[in-house]
Amino acid sequence: MSLSPLRFEAVMEQLSRRRFLKISAATFGAGAVGSQIPVVSSLAMGSAPPAGKVETIATYCEMCFWKCGGIAHVRDGKLWKFEGNPLDPMSRGRLCPRGTAAVGTHYDPDRISKPLIRTGERGKEEFKAVTWDEALNYVADRMKKIAAEHGPESIALWKHGTGSRFFEHVMRAYGCINKGAPSFAQCRGPRDIGYLLTYGTGLGSPEPTDIANTKCLVLIGTHLGENMHNTQVQEFAQAIGNKATIIVVDPRYSVAASKAKYWLPIKPGTDMALVLAWMNVLVAEGLYDKEFVAKHGHGFDKFAAAIKDNTPEWAEGETGIPAATIRITAREMARTRPATLVHPGRRVNWYGDDAQRARSTALLNALLGNWGRQGGLFLQAGMSVAGYGFPKFPEATKPKVDNPDGKWPFADEEVTTGLRQATISGQPYPIKGWVVYAANLIQTLPSEKETIEAISKLDLLVVVDTHPSEITGYADVVLPDTMFLERHDDLYVAWGRQGWAALRQPVVPPPGEQKPAWWMAKQLADRLGVGEYMPFKDMDEYLAKRCEKSGIDYAKFRKEGIVMGPKRPITVEEGATLEFDTPSKKVEFWSDQLAKAGFDPVPKYTAPEAPPAGFFRLVTGRAPVHTFSRTQTNLLLKDLMPENEVWVNAATAAKAGLKSGQYVKLRNQDGVVSNRVKVKATQRIRPDTLYMVYGFGHTSKMLRSAYLKGASAAQLNTRYKIDPLMGGTSIHQNFVTFEKEA
Amino acid sequence: MPRFGMVIDTLKCVGCMDCVVACQTENDVPQGFCRDWIVTETRGEFPNLSLEIRSERCNHCDNPPCVTCCPTGASHVEEFGRTVQVTANACIGCKACISACPYGARFVHPKGYTDKCTFCLHRVKEGKDPACVSVCPTHCMVFGDLDDPKSAVSQLLNSRKHRTLLPEAGTKPRVFYLS
Repeated sequence: MSLSPLRFEAVMEQLSRRRFLKISAATFGAGAVGSQIPVVSSLAMGSAPPAGKVETIATYCEMCFWKCGGIAHVRDGKLWKFEGNPLDPMSRGRLCPRGTAAVGTHYDPDRISKPLIRTGERGKEEFKAVTWDEALNYVADRMKKIAAEHGPESIALWKHGTGSRFFEHVMRAYGCINKGAPSFAQCRGPRDIGYLLTYGTGLGSPEPTDIANTKCLVLIGTHLGENMHNTQVQEFAQAIGNKATIIVVDPRYSVAASKAKYWLPIKPGTDMALVLAWMNVLVAEGLYDKEFVAKHGHGFDKFAAAIKDNTPEWAEGETGIPAATIRITAREMARTRPATLVHPGRRVNWYGDDAQRARSTALLNALLGNWGRQGGLFLQAGMSVAGYGFPKFPEATKPKVDNPDGKWPFADEEVTTGLRQATISGQPYPIKGWVVYAANLIQTLPSEKETIEAISKLDLLVVVDTHPSEITGYADVVLPDTMFLERHDDLYVAWGRQGWAALRQPVVPPPGEQKPAWWMAKQLADRLGVGEYMPFKDMDEYLAKRCEKSGIDYAKFRKEGIVMGPKRPITVEEGATLEFDTPSKKVEFWSDQLAKAGFDPVPKYTAPEAPPAGFFRLVTGRAPVHTFSRTQTNLLLKDLMPENEVWVNAATAAKAGLKSGQYVKLRNQDGVVSNRVKVKATQRIRPDTLYMVYGFGHTSKMLRSAYLKGASAAQLNTRYKIDPLMGGTSIHQNFVTFEKEA
Repeated sequence: MPRFGMVIDTLKCVGCMDCVVACQTENDVPQGFCRDWIVTETRGEFPNLSLEIRSERCNHCDNPPCVTCCPTGASHVEEFGRTVQVTANACIGCKACISACPYGARFVHPKGYTDKCTFCLHRVKEGKDPACVSVCPTHCMVFGDLDDPKSAVSQLLNSRKHRTLLPEAGTKPRVFYLS
């Protein structure tokens, strides 16, 4: 009897190979001793961690955007571990693997440790280390020059994460009105617009999903458990424990699918057909929440007429899901309503018609009557904390460039590809400077080529980040940021079942010359002549004043890390009343504003393009141990998942002559070839679909331990569609084929 | 004296490996090694599939071959909780226990001694759960005294279908998997 590592899937192999090498020779001879086993009381516990002077500091996490509250433990002055803060509504005392591994980012030797100025050609990653004064003077001088020649509007900010807050503030004070955040058009934007058009409010972050109390949870592409949104994963496990019915729609047998009563292995790109058919069943069989629709619905009859041909039989032909399964699952959803929740999703930019697809799921939720209901979508409760009190910003004298003439009429944030296109075209006016805060635009935006073209138009590219990334290689100046355990930041004031605020404060000093973003912004403000917009000495003073103005005990807050806002009813069950901020003040089954703008007032399905012969649809997703392209060099996480794999259906792999563990390259329909990537031949995916976790395949040599490990799904995303409603860009639009290594 | 054990609900576990990271940081496990790990087993053929995900570690067996084979007594049953422990400074690194353990739970620490899961006894002594248990976002792990019929572990074993790994090895493991 032996235990071979081959029994396990790849992640496991990676992790345990060292220890499993000799296990195949394991014997149990010694186990035959059944008599007396000596029991010892020993104090010499060599395997226990060393004792030491331990200090704990509360702060909130930024290993991802979920911003869980945590408690950092410092032992003898060195960072030891990071645990969840039990007072925090997000972590509830338990962080996710990335948060737990924050220590591995602090100690990561691949971090940027000094300010850098470019010495070689853009993209060649050739820099010299400079002092902070040199770097900041360089940035300020170039900004002033661009402002003098073109106006301050010609310098744009790209941002992701809490630390961008004061860069945005100082740049706005200087007159830089243009900005872009991939978190909108490359992530949750289409969903928020779909819900905004239907209910009059987007969902934002964290989503108001009452997964803990739901009786039926429907996940469309949402892969909770791999997609590690901490609170939602915790509640997902609660739902499993409560024996909620789980329905998962995914071309891949995700971890969530393995927990489901129904897994619907849908043909990629056809999700809206399934949602329309589900709604068709609910309406045709009279299973929808008639009371909710009568009281709160607008245009229901026109909606019902619009979807009357979207029968399960019709959807079967599109989706590959049997009509009978569509009926059964629709009835399951109706059985437990309103405690049935169709998860609205988060990173929903898939095919370029995503706002309408999101709207279709919003309407499905509306038919289930779950708005403001237990086990459905609760009403977000917020908290208000006073601002510091800043001088008024100067009036903008030019329009923003990212959404000319309201080309994407329902975008309520900046359209990133619009900003990039304006940079390329110089229209309506030139964009000559980019300040990029923690956004690896080469991987986050579709079409690397266009991003590089835009960069070629710039007189100044500043990258502010903890780590190098692909875009760092193009920067004129690189400003090394502290990681979150080394800095103050602004408060995280959040909404949820109850509003709360979380405090970020430094736990340990940075390992090199890194400085916190707020400090850089303040230094820049002084150099740009807008110092009066940063009137505080440091963040401690800033935070203390905000707390004082809001009646928050700052000393207690510093100790506990979290302060809770007022309680108020968040569901009808608790006495909340429903109001909808749409034009009709109702839930818009039929959208007059969409009709007026020339769009489908009820979502209409368009079949996805078919792959060329020999090509496969490439879809992407997340791993629980990595965040985007940001964590591949983390000392702990890189061991757990050093590279991504391409999932290939076992039969497809056999036909192509591919075996698990073998390296291949992927070539897309436009001839772009990926870095080599390991094959995972598996039963867990449709034969016509390939899957990769994104964020790998780094081409930055400065990321020494992640360089060329795995392949980049973003690099293969050359053909993309832009959502006509709001400017979201598709990620799953590309087809790839295998290119075997010689 | 309690007899510690662990009950892990495979229905809840999502295999996120948080338990692995929490153990590594809590216990200063050297980089590249781990005391617990995730096993994912897929059964069936597309689209009729099932998946079991397990967080595995030392089973702190009632009948531990790693203890009976140890020539120096370094590998021993600790009185507290009747857990299997290694006294680092008594270990000569002969690896007999590594061969004897059917679960692959042990490895040679770069400092020369055999290392493995301790059930975080240093935390348990302070009234806390082991690091892996207390970090798990899915609450899929429960730790406690198997000899106390009122403990959460005993109650779960009384009410849910469960199994141990390689029971045929005769080691009487004390990590139980619910399914």
